[in-house]
Amino acid sequence: MKTLMIGNEAVSRGLYEGGIGLVSSYPGTPSTEITEFLSKYDDIHSEWAPNEKVAMEVAFGASLSGIRSACAMKHVGLNVAADPLFTLSYTGVNAGMVVCVADDPAIHSSQNEQDSRHYAIASKIPMLEPSDSRESLEFAKAAFELSEKFDTPVLLRMCTRVSHSQSLVETGERIPCPQKPYDKNPSKYVMMPSNAIKRHVFVEERTKKLIEFAETCPFNRVEKGGDEIGIITSGTAYQYVKEVFGDSVSVLKIGMPNPLPKKLILDFANNVKKLYVFEELDPVIETHCRNLGLKPVGKEIFSMLGEYSQSTLRKAFSIPEPPTVKADTVAPMRPPMLCSGCPHRGIYYVLAKNKVTVLGDIGCYTLGAQPPLFAVDTTLCMGASVSGIHGFLKADKEKSGKTVAVIGDSTFIHSGITGLINIAYNDSNSTVIILDNSITGMTGHQQNPTTGYNIKGDPATKVDLEALCRSVGIKRVRVVDPYDLDYCDKVIKEELAANEPSVIISRRPCVLLKYVKTAPPLTVDRDKCRSCKKCMGLGCPSISMKNGKAKIDKSLCVGCEVCMKLCPFAAIGKENN
Amino acid sequence: METKSVMIVGVGGQGSLLASKLLGAVLTAQGVDVKVSEVHGMSQRGGSVVTYVRFGDKVYSPIVTEGEADYVVSFEKLEAARWASYLKTGGEIIVNTQEIDPMSVIIGSAEYPSDILEELKAKGVKIDEVDAYDVAVKAGSGKAANVVLLSRLAKKLDIPYDNWIRAIENTVAEKFVELNKKAFKLGYDL
Repeated sequence: MKTLMIGNEAVSRGLYEGGIGLVSSYPGTPSTEITEFLSKYDDIHSEWAPNEKVAMEVAFGASLSGIRSACAMKHVGLNVAADPLFTLSYTGVNAGMVVCVADDPAIHSSQNEQDSRHYAIASKIPMLEPSDSRESLEFAKAAFELSEKFDTPVLLRMCTRVSHSQSLVETGERIPCPQKPYDKNPSKYVMMPSNAIKRHVFVEERTKKLIEFAETCPFNRVEKGGDEIGIITSGTAYQYVKEVFGDSVSVLKIGMPNPLPKKLILDFANNVKKLYVFEELDPVIETHCRNLGLKPVGKEIFSMLGEYSQSTLRKAFSIPEPPTVKADTVAPMRPPMLCSGCPHRGIYYVLAKNKVTVLGDIGCYTLGAQPPLFAVDTTLCMGASVSGIHGFLKADKEKSGKTVAVIGDSTFIHSGITGLINIAYNDSNSTVIILDNSITGMTGHQQNPTTGYNIKGDPATKVDLEALCRSVGIKRVRVVDPYDLDYCDKVIKEELAANEPSVIISRRPCVLLKYVKTAPPLTVDRDKCRSCKKCMGLGCPSISMKNGKAKIDKSLCVGCEVCMKLCPFAAIGKENN
Repeated sequence: METKSVMIVGVGGQGSLLASKLLGAVLTAQGVDVKVSEVHGMSQRGGSVVTYVRFGDKVYSPIVTEGEADYVVSFEKLEAARWASYLKTGGEIIVNTQEIDPMSVIIGSAEYPSDILEELKAKGVKIDEVDAYDVAVKAGSGKAANVVLLSRLAKKLDIPYDNWIRAIENTVAEKFVELNKKAFKLGYDL
């Protein structure tokens, strides 16, 4: 029977059928569901690791020990795991190992638009790229075979449109994979210079064999459609080619973007009059074609930015677009925002009020950069707030009384702690605020080492954040409730004034968590409201101005009372008042 | 069967995910090729959310571009205006008349446009207006507004009524099945 699955679920099914025994990942849109779906199988070990580097190394350990393993991450997560990746290429594997990486063209939920194929080329690791859910399952399953056959980890490249699109798949049986023996083999696994030099020779030989494999492997295929136009394409872009041209052009669909075949591409190119390369993001296949002496049309007409669609091709080939009706009224944009009752709001309000420079980080709380709070000054990568503030203040000590770093609980564990050790060790007068909402929020509520629960929701060892911060040498560690604006204001002022590094833990669980009990909605007494708009400064989606007075949307308000505490005229109160 | 395209648009947290899930289940049971595409990530945070559903003998692209949608199901009034250009000639918008202010309106830097639907109608766009929240409340809970909107789409598709009911029974958590079936019927019979 055919089942509708998102690409990520299909990957998890493929890995499962392929005999996976362990998965370790750090959540990151659009990769998260791969690991979430795998966690539903009780016959494999699944876990959320503190970061992608740890996850990849855990997966390596499992492979070394003799069971098939995987890790999954978003594109920028692969930056964090790049260190093990490049040398895993040298050591190779014992049991099969798959590294799933999901790119985010169009930057739906990321900080950049990098193309992970460059990592495959640079690390000399084979990469597969499915174009729908059926291929996601097939490729994930086949990746283990490939990994063991060529003694290498295999990268499985997803993108938002494949990860999060559902299409029909047929599931199969799980391959029984008995544990392989682990044999001590220092020349393969101890990458000191004398061994690594020899393994590099192996890597180059392996690449030659992989190129031979690429010439005839089932992942790359030609779909003949005449000799006028030939289009080389891969991933979701393939679907747009077929949507627009059907069988009227010849298509070379690349399912293995690294290493790329030579003869297959040259033969394809020689049998068509005009050659195009249609690939999202960077010109990886196109550059390969040019290196082969071909002159395809590619990025000169197709953008390096964003996602493609059938419309991209119609425009480039001057095929008329379907007629449309446009409303003259411009609909105001609706960007994502901090939810009603979001615990981050209180802290940002206080920081904005005190005109504090805020070095921000990666998570829901990045949304504090938006109007009306405008509270966040920077967002770079995971952990950069904590490391960045140290440099910012070393460059100018005068700024220490008016600068903070903010970072979420999960992000702090991911890579904030190293920055905090640096603050203590190299002594800067930094104030770090840990926004502890007791969950990994932005990616859709995953457990992490600070929550006390594991991926399956079972109780787990919990990091004591206060003790952790103290243990690295931070003497001033304070805890505040972000709903208590006055106390937050007092503590932030005191810690900014203090002449040593400090950590403020702003602790309140994400309001969307199922166990968080919300209060009945608040209401505005129109007679008491003097239209001062102070409550509007919170940027709460529940509050708006209607007919000159503040109004609270009952369907959205969760009764957090932050606006109530702020109102100078006691116009906001509980419903029955 | 030629490929049909449906867009389900709304604001994060409105429950469009269940509507697309039910639609996907019904279409899969019909034995046609189906693709459903949505962007998660920031969808819970009050942003615009859009889901593409395409079905037919063979579906390639998982997304819908301007001028291609047979139906746009809009969970919010302003979103109908935002996505109207995706409708094909002769297509129809099913719109929930509920208004949710975007942040720019909340903070007073923009106004919630009035007469959006009238403007679209004047341009010849077919519109099916429904106060889905109100209908859902009659069925027992405003939360079932998503199923009310789905029922309006169901009425326009050539798929037996019972198939939709079966999808609700198989997809929705048991304690909400009766509510959703009732909401579906109330919307369908409007």
